[in-house]
Amino acid sequence: MHGSGLSISAHLPALQIAVPLLSAVICVLIRKARAAWLLATTVAWAAFAGACVLLNRVILHGTISYEQGGWSPPWGIELRIDLFNALVLIIVTGICAVVISASLTSLSMEVPEKRHNLFYAAFLLCMTGLAGMTITGDVFNIFVFLEISSLSSYALISQGATRRALTSSIQYLVMGTIGGTLLLLGIGMLYMVTGTLNIVDMADQLAMVGPNRTVLVALACVTVGTSIKLAVFPLHIWLPNAYTYAPAIVTAFLAATATKVAFYVLARFIFSIFGVELAFEQMHLDRVLMPLAIVAMFAGSIVAIYQTDIKRMLAYSSVAQIGYMLLGLSMATVPGLTGGIVHLFNHALMKSGLFLVMACVLFRVGSTHIDAMRGLGKRMPLTMAAFVIAGLSMIGVPLTVGFVSKWYLVSAAMEAGQWPVAVLILLSSLLAVVYIWRVVEVAYFQEAPEDAPAVKKAPIGLLVPVWTLVFAIIFFGIFTSLSAGVAGDAARMLLGAG
Amino acid sequence: MFDPGLFNYWIIMILMMTGLYTVIVKGNLIKKVIGLGIFQVSVIMFFVSMGKVRGGTAPIASESFEVYSNPVPHVLMLTAIVVAVATLAFALALIVRIKEAYDTIEEDEIRELEAGEEG
Amino acid sequence: MVVRHVILRSLSKMLIPLIMLFALYVQFHGDYGPGGGFQAGVIFGAGIILYSLIFGLPKAKMVFRPRVLQYLMAFGVFLYGSVGLAAILKGGNFLDYSHLAHDPVHGQHLGILLVELGVGITVASVMATIFFLFTERRRREDV
Repeated sequence: MHGSGLSISAHLPALQIAVPLLSAVICVLIRKARAAWLLATTVAWAAFAGACVLLNRVILHGTISYEQGGWSPPWGIELRIDLFNALVLIIVTGICAVVISASLTSLSMEVPEKRHNLFYAAFLLCMTGLAGMTITGDVFNIFVFLEISSLSSYALISQGATRRALTSSIQYLVMGTIGGTLLLLGIGMLYMVTGTLNIVDMADQLAMVGPNRTVLVALACVTVGTSIKLAVFPLHIWLPNAYTYAPAIVTAFLAATATKVAFYVLARFIFSIFGVELAFEQMHLDRVLMPLAIVAMFAGSIVAIYQTDIKRMLAYSSVAQIGYMLLGLSMATVPGLTGGIVHLFNHALMKSGLFLVMACVLFRVGSTHIDAMRGLGKRMPLTMAAFVIAGLSMIGVPLTVGFVSKWYLVSAAMEAGQWPVAVLILLSSLLAVVYIWRVVEVAYFQEAPEDAPAVKKAPIGLLVPVWTLVFAIIFFGIFTSLSAGVAGDAARMLLGAG
Repeated sequence: MFDPGLFNYWIIMILMMTGLYTVIVKGNLIKKVIGLGIFQVSVIMFFVSMGKVRGGTAPIASESFEVYSNPVPHVLMLTAIVVAVATLAFALALIVRIKEAYDTIEEDEIRELEAGEEG
Repeated sequence: MVVRHVILRSLSKMLIPLIMLFALYVQFHGDYGPGGGFQAGVIFGAGIILYSLIFGLPKAKMVFRPRVLQYLMAFGVFLYGSVGLAAILKGGNFLDYSHLAHDPVHGQHLGILLVELGVGITVASVMATIFFLFTERRRREDV
């Protein structure tokens, strides 16, 4: 037997999935809310640390392959971690850790205490599913983990305080199940053609088989299926309701992770399995995805401007931001894909930061309606300052992460000679100015109504996570080598450009 | 045009579209969930029919047979069925809660109630 | 209403043990023949559901306590996961059963047996719990 330190680090990929799963079970068994929270938080931070170690090891030693059950791929199920999914794994576990730390304070408002242990169990299950989808090297496993994360996220959303949480949850359930089932159908067709479920092996077999009608239909099924989960523009109907009526903590978590992992799955299928040639030169996926991405950028932002509930406004803004990611993907060039992946990373930081600010506001003011935020700039200065910084990042102001991803996307569009797209990216950023400014104006330049109840500053248990994310926003906006550098290498790897 | 050798795909497609149509058109949440179930079952049938090898027996190792059906898709569907059951149970639980909260499970009536809340 | 169905009651009294026995057969024969935890769990769960249909929910709940079922639900998953982790502690990969015993073949037997047992326990208790929760709801509304 080896020393325990060595053996644990060698088994990190499997532990990333097994430990949260088992902890979720323990959360069901211990009925104390606080103990469950403590366990969930510890596990989430441990998973985050593990993800950092994994990324470090991938950068130093290259792709990690872990054979589950000792069966070697393509027969056994492999966990395969390369630069791309190591980065996504960091986002999933990191956001989960930050948000779950904040949940002890915020959750008591929205969910009765006797259900807290089940809530944390669902939360950990959701993280298990998302992490599993990210690091597995087996396409059927992707489906299984997708459903684990989806089912637990339906449960989390339905915990919202109003009855509309229930209808939003079932709307998401219906759409999500159709998406998942379409993905399964696509996987089935791929299995028919290739006879394998391992991603690497499948790509090799597909290259030998060449494109035939089954493969093309499989591509269509997979793209539509993941697009529903990703909330690509016309398939985004579930997203605003789900984000608005879910508990604030859940929104902060899901907005930053669920759609990001769906984006990862889409990119993984398109680039690592089907290949650029099939997807973009024969099927012309870019001709579908790029217009949809641009429409999403504008439609999402314009609808966001007219919302009076800030949570809903941010949800529509998510639809627009997903457009940016998709735009980067649809360019299928190294700079474009880099922009898409960087935006995945950055948007996760900003959006969960903004939704956590909403959790603070909801906790102290009791509403996220725009009228309720009048004069909040003076009454909750630290909270609203965080909103302003994260908001500036949404717009794409330099020194924040938002600038980094917009910069990559615009220069990618210019490089590809698509300068109208570059102009459209900048124009849609102006729309973000409008909807962020509305909140800033109300919070800082309007006086609180005379009869407004006294509002205390946000509790420390929420402020620390919020400001952790804000510092991350500024840190990765200045030191881009970690996020953008890794994203660039990941894009080069996906596109096979060395 | 009609190839009898591919009849399983025809059936699967018809089932699938029936399910999707039900989900889209029916306003009753229970009927929607039934449609969803049909949709999922069609894909399960797709996998199961895919694993069948003509002339093959059940995939249990034995010396008297040489051709076996492919067990992998069948095993995969075991998981997919479990997923379908879990989804169904969860959806029904949600519908029960919706019925208690809104006193109806018709989508248009729920929408009216929600519109009334906002206005 | 419960008292009237004499035939159903006496028949199911004979059948339910057989159903549960069959579930155990499917469970433990799963390593070699068709069967396994999922199927066995569902059959066992069906036995519980049949019992509560015939003899009423209160009686069924006395036999299969919801609290115990909840623990069993978690315990099954826990068993599955611990087998995986035990394999790591024994120096193999996650879920590598060969390392569970001194002899790899023996280890594979033990591993699949325990994992399927975990699956079976979870599936059976989940099935029963789902049924209990739904029937309980209506009862609460009637009162």
